[in-house]
Amino acid sequence: MDVVFEYRGQLIDGTIVTIGLALSSLLLSVICGLIGAFMKLSESRILQKIGNLYTTLVRGVPDLVLMMLLFYGGQQLINDFGYWTGLWDYIDINQFISGVFTLGFIFGAYMTETFRGAILAIPKGQIEAATAAGMNPGLIFRRVTWPQMVRFALPSFTNNWLVLIKSTALVSVIGLHDLVWNAFAAGRSVRMLFTFMIAVLIVYLLITATSDFFLRWMDRKYSAGVRRA
Amino acid sequence: MEQERTFLEYLRDVSENSSPLDFYLIYDNIDRFFMGAWITIEITFLSLFLGGLLCIPLAIARAYKTPYLNGPIWCFTYFFRGTPLLVQTYLFYFGLGQFEWVRESFLWGPVLSSAWWCVLIAFTLNTAAYTTEFLRGAIESTPWGEIEASKASGMSPWTRMRRIVLPSSFRRALPAYSNEVIFMVHGSVVASTVTLQDLLGVGRWLNGRYYLAYEGFITAMVFYMCIVFMISKGFKFAENRWLGHLRQRDTSLDEADEPVLIAIR
Repeated sequence: MDVVFEYRGQLIDGTIVTIGLALSSLLLSVICGLIGAFMKLSESRILQKIGNLYTTLVRGVPDLVLMMLLFYGGQQLINDFGYWTGLWDYIDINQFISGVFTLGFIFGAYMTETFRGAILAIPKGQIEAATAAGMNPGLIFRRVTWPQMVRFALPSFTNNWLVLIKSTALVSVIGLHDLVWNAFAAGRSVRMLFTFMIAVLIVYLLITATSDFFLRWMDRKYSAGVRRA
Repeated sequence: MEQERTFLEYLRDVSENSSPLDFYLIYDNIDRFFMGAWITIEITFLSLFLGGLLCIPLAIARAYKTPYLNGPIWCFTYFFRGTPLLVQTYLFYFGLGQFEWVRESFLWGPVLSSAWWCVLIAFTLNTAAYTTEFLRGAIESTPWGEIEASKASGMSPWTRMRRIVLPSSFRRALPAYSNEVIFMVHGSVVASTVTLQDLLGVGRWLNGRYYLAYEGFITAMVFYMCIVFMISKGFKFAENRWLGHLRQRDTSLDEADEPVLIAIR
């Protein structure tokens, strides 16, 4: 373990990249999830169809495949499009951006189901009461739907976040210098990959344990005043 | 023969002139994709099978809080559920060679130096960890009345486990298990990072060889979608077959048979 300590700089840098990636994709996935949930719950048949298509696509395709498609294919598509329309010259999609977009897109679909379930769990009478009191849809969302939705969504949200953290490891395959990549490079140079991989596993365990603890605290906070069985 | 030639000519014409994708190239390499699909399916289902066998004793030991076993099994499942499958696979494939005694053991040549075996071991332990936890939940939620009834009819603990507890737990675990199977299919792409030619591996190979951006990945994507679709259909059939007695009578007007996407890890 002394060797791992020598390389701590690289490992810490990698961990920061991993956490940054995870948090950025979480933000994007929440946005995608909210949009998806409202599409699935909307009155319009077309929006419902698009929402269903979204979740079915994500259910059917592994994350690494989408990531590689975006990283290699998306780059070419955007640049071909820019060349064709003359709007932009050359855009470089780096590993971080394609990682954030893919993970955000994929976990957006999981969040869609989470939020949809949470919105459906809110009694309809409350929305009707809010409408009757003269609130507009934005105000209803802010004052009635959102605070309760968070509580209903938290368990499944926690789950999604824990899966997301673990999925960030895949971005090292397309070459992002995250925790796994850095540890792999370091471990290979000193021919001690087992030790370094164990170190990576421990860092991941620490991250998941910390976020588990934190989200439990959030759960308690948001369920204040709710009777528990 | 005539029919096929016209089809091929048509395909070549479309690929060269009007389509951004080179369908002809995909058609030319389709047998490799089927080989890749076979490796994906083989690895996934073999590890699911072995992991399923492994998880039954572990889940029973966890559910009944067996002393000396409960703690270590909890550590095992916590470790494998809290860390990425990719790193676990790296640990086995790249990591084990670090130790002199592993390289000199009799297992090194046939098993531990081959990517296929390392991937199988990592996937099996991973799926065993997840399956143990939700099978434990299912065993613990066995209705107490069923246990009482089996005791009253004089079953020994072993018979009770075999005929009452496990069958009804399996049924209750079935919906969660369908998610686990799909997650294993998704997770099996990790195999392509340690040199195995699974579906994604073939896609990467095709793209690398012909310097393409889309064809290999899009074909792999379509194959994965077909596999997942077939698995979902299979589980829907199984749930109708074995969970029919638990299904709520459908009184709502809107269709609710869309599989719900749940991350189980």
